[in-house]
Amino acid sequence: MKTYGKFAVLVVVIVGCLLWLAVGGISESKTYYKTIDEISQMGPDAYGQRVRVTGDVVAGSIKRNGKEVAFTIAEQGKDRKLNVIYTGTEPLPDTFRDAAQAMADGRMQPNGVFHASSIAAKCPSKYEAKPTGTPVQQPLNKASL
Amino acid sequence: MENLGALALLLAFCLSLYAIAGSAAGALKKNPFLVVSAQRAIYAIWILITLASSILVYALLTGDMRFAYVAAHTNHAMPDVYKFSAWWGGQEGSLLLWSWLLSTYAAIVAWQNRKRFREMMPWVLITLAATQCFFLILNVFVESPFQMLAVGKGITAVQDGQGLNPLLQYWTMAIHPPMLYLGYVGFVVPFAFAMGSLITRQPGDAWIHVTRRWTIVTWLFQTTGVLLGAGWAYAVLGWGGYWGWDPVENASLLPWITATAFLHSVMMQEKKGMMKVWNMVLIASTFFLCIFGTFLTRSGIVSSVHAFGVSSIGTYFVAFIAVGLAITAYLILDRLPYLKTEAHLESVLSRESSFLFNNLILLASCFAVLWGTLFPVITEAVMGEKVSVGAPFFNKVNIPIGLFLMFLTGVGPLIAWRRSSFESLKRSFFWPAVAGLVLMAGLLIGGVRHPYALLSFGLCLFVAWTIAAEFYKGSRAIAARTGQNLVLAAVDLTHRNTRRYGGYIVHMGIVFMFIGFTGAAFNKDTTVERKVGESFELGKYTLTVKEVLDGDTTNYAWQRAVIDVTSNGSPVATMSPERRVYKASRQPTSQVHIRRRLNEDLYLNFASMSQDSPDKAIIQAYIFPLVSWIWIGFWVLLMGTVVCLIPPKVKLAYAKTQVVGVVGKHAPVEN
Repeated sequence: MKTYGKFAVLVVVIVGCLLWLAVGGISESKTYYKTIDEISQMGPDAYGQRVRVTGDVVAGSIKRNGKEVAFTIAEQGKDRKLNVIYTGTEPLPDTFRDAAQAMADGRMQPNGVFHASSIAAKCPSKYEAKPTGTPVQQPLNKASL
Repeated sequence: MENLGALALLLAFCLSLYAIAGSAAGALKKNPFLVVSAQRAIYAIWILITLASSILVYALLTGDMRFAYVAAHTNHAMPDVYKFSAWWGGQEGSLLLWSWLLSTYAAIVAWQNRKRFREMMPWVLITLAATQCFFLILNVFVESPFQMLAVGKGITAVQDGQGLNPLLQYWTMAIHPPMLYLGYVGFVVPFAFAMGSLITRQPGDAWIHVTRRWTIVTWLFQTTGVLLGAGWAYAVLGWGGYWGWDPVENASLLPWITATAFLHSVMMQEKKGMMKVWNMVLIASTFFLCIFGTFLTRSGIVSSVHAFGVSSIGTYFVAFIAVGLAITAYLILDRLPYLKTEAHLESVLSRESSFLFNNLILLASCFAVLWGTLFPVITEAVMGEKVSVGAPFFNKVNIPIGLFLMFLTGVGPLIAWRRSSFESLKRSFFWPAVAGLVLMAGLLIGGVRHPYALLSFGLCLFVAWTIAAEFYKGSRAIAARTGQNLVLAAVDLTHRNTRRYGGYIVHMGIVFMFIGFTGAAFNKDTTVERKVGESFELGKYTLTVKEVLDGDTTNYAWQRAVIDVTSNGSPVATMSPERRVYKASRQPTSQVHIRRRLNEDLYLNFASMSQDSPDKAIIQAYIFPLVSWIWIGFWVLLMGTVVCLIPPKVKLAYAKTQVVGVVGKHAPVEN
């Protein structure tokens, strides 16, 4: 049984180390999902947290300024808008453009602008491109079954 | 035609039900005719799904825009190869591909084993048919690829389709999904044999021996699929990385991790009769993680950049996984007495122990990735608030795991079974360890300060050295005996025990990949706005924007920046990253330009023209040191895996007991 004891100790040490790393990793990178409304209601509480906020890019709002990219997002059917400045180094995804659904990760700044360190964007319906312009919008009949 | 396709799928669904019922009845009533009829149902399912798939592919190639699927995923200007790959470009089609691959595998398994394992086979077929049945439900009732547009009923005919997502119009993306699917689907087979073995209370390890090749080939497909995806992300997505810990990427990685653990731990069962329960658990986990991966990519449960549309199929997957897990868990628990271990661990310094830690650490990694991927779902259920974790979490846990695995890769294969003495360890590992430490010291003096990078390079050399030493020792002995030169002797050595030396080659591939991964610690990048004629610097390079061109093709319009690259005054290359706007989907994409070299890649992305000053181009430039070694490592791994599949010249002793497989587990093993 002595061998098994040694094993148990080693396993506990390894798993313990990994747990410690995992907990550290979680607290370092945990990001809250908030809506635009929730962020504005939080006020100063929002400044410290890493937040992920999603909204549609307001058409015509994307402005490139050197390394920074500024744009505005809004939730569908709501008035409240959020100004975002992207300060990350990675190039913005190709899907990031007017009316795309953008997911910004970052921190709220006291001046009311959201500083995003990363942006993910989905073209309006992800990989399943939606018919635009063509007369086929929704009314598909079911299969011939 | 669409009716024929839909009918074929419906018939296939009915036949899959018959295959389950017939096979079960045949096995329970000991009626071989019923079992044979179930077998034939499996062949018929393959024919029917092949027919349905052919109809869909024909419609895609001929651009039959009456099909909703064709209109949504192709357009006339698209090259034929991408029209074909549109088969798996969308939800319905890729689920059909799943079904088709599964039916192909099932037909092969049924044919190969039609005269073997009379007791176990009916249950193998049932497992296959049940999985098939599940996917056919999706194909027939939920996500039918044969939905037609209601032309003439208030809708005018569609002239041209939407086109395949331009990001997918790239060669690796044309083959990445089928590769990954070949891997995903392939694990159904070892799982089915494991279940067959459990249900019929087989005493031996027949299921492992029968499925060894399946497992290896499937694992290879999966590795290829994952790396093609990484290669695609690197070359196409334009964010300059090959791995982002996105849920969909994780979904492909999870079953790969458990499969890798399985490949290693079956050796414990073959050679020592240990870890029998564990292997069952591993193969079942791999199978369900494959299904789970499909679920994750298809249902949109976790928000991801590249998940397909949110759809209703999630519930079906959850139900299938829940029922499947329950049955599997019951079977394993009920059959525990048949899975008793035949040997015990004797020492911490032993091959057994290195396998054990290999498994422990792989599983830990798998669990961490799964946990991180599902974190938003878990926190929402527990705390009522969605919280996600990002790349830092995954890296923090997985980098140390990776380094520890690298260490085991060097130590494990050389350490003796049962117990090993410090003396023999010193003999095997003294010089490799010295080499690794010297390299680390050298790099430290040379200015490398990144602790993980130092450790990684040191371990890579350590492992490479042990592998090279193994080849050298073995071939020198053969060369001395036969008078061959060392190279021929090394080939002969590998041929004698393909599994062992093939394994070493695979490990070498992993070493190369780790060298490539480690390069990421030294990445450099910059984003600049430059007019034509202006230049900027990155690392040792000076980049000058020479001109900005634009043009038009039938499929897309393009704009290209031509950039001269010099290093210390001497010209290096002219690079031309490009932006395209695809006409059918009106989506812009970047065509990055990569100058690939063994020491580093120079990677240029043309983001767009500046909006404030329209004569300035926005250029993103990156240097990725050593990244090519990842792809080199893949080719080495591929070669090693193929070597593993070649039958060895010298039959190994333990292989003799394989089909009987009751006792005699401790037969002498050439090792």
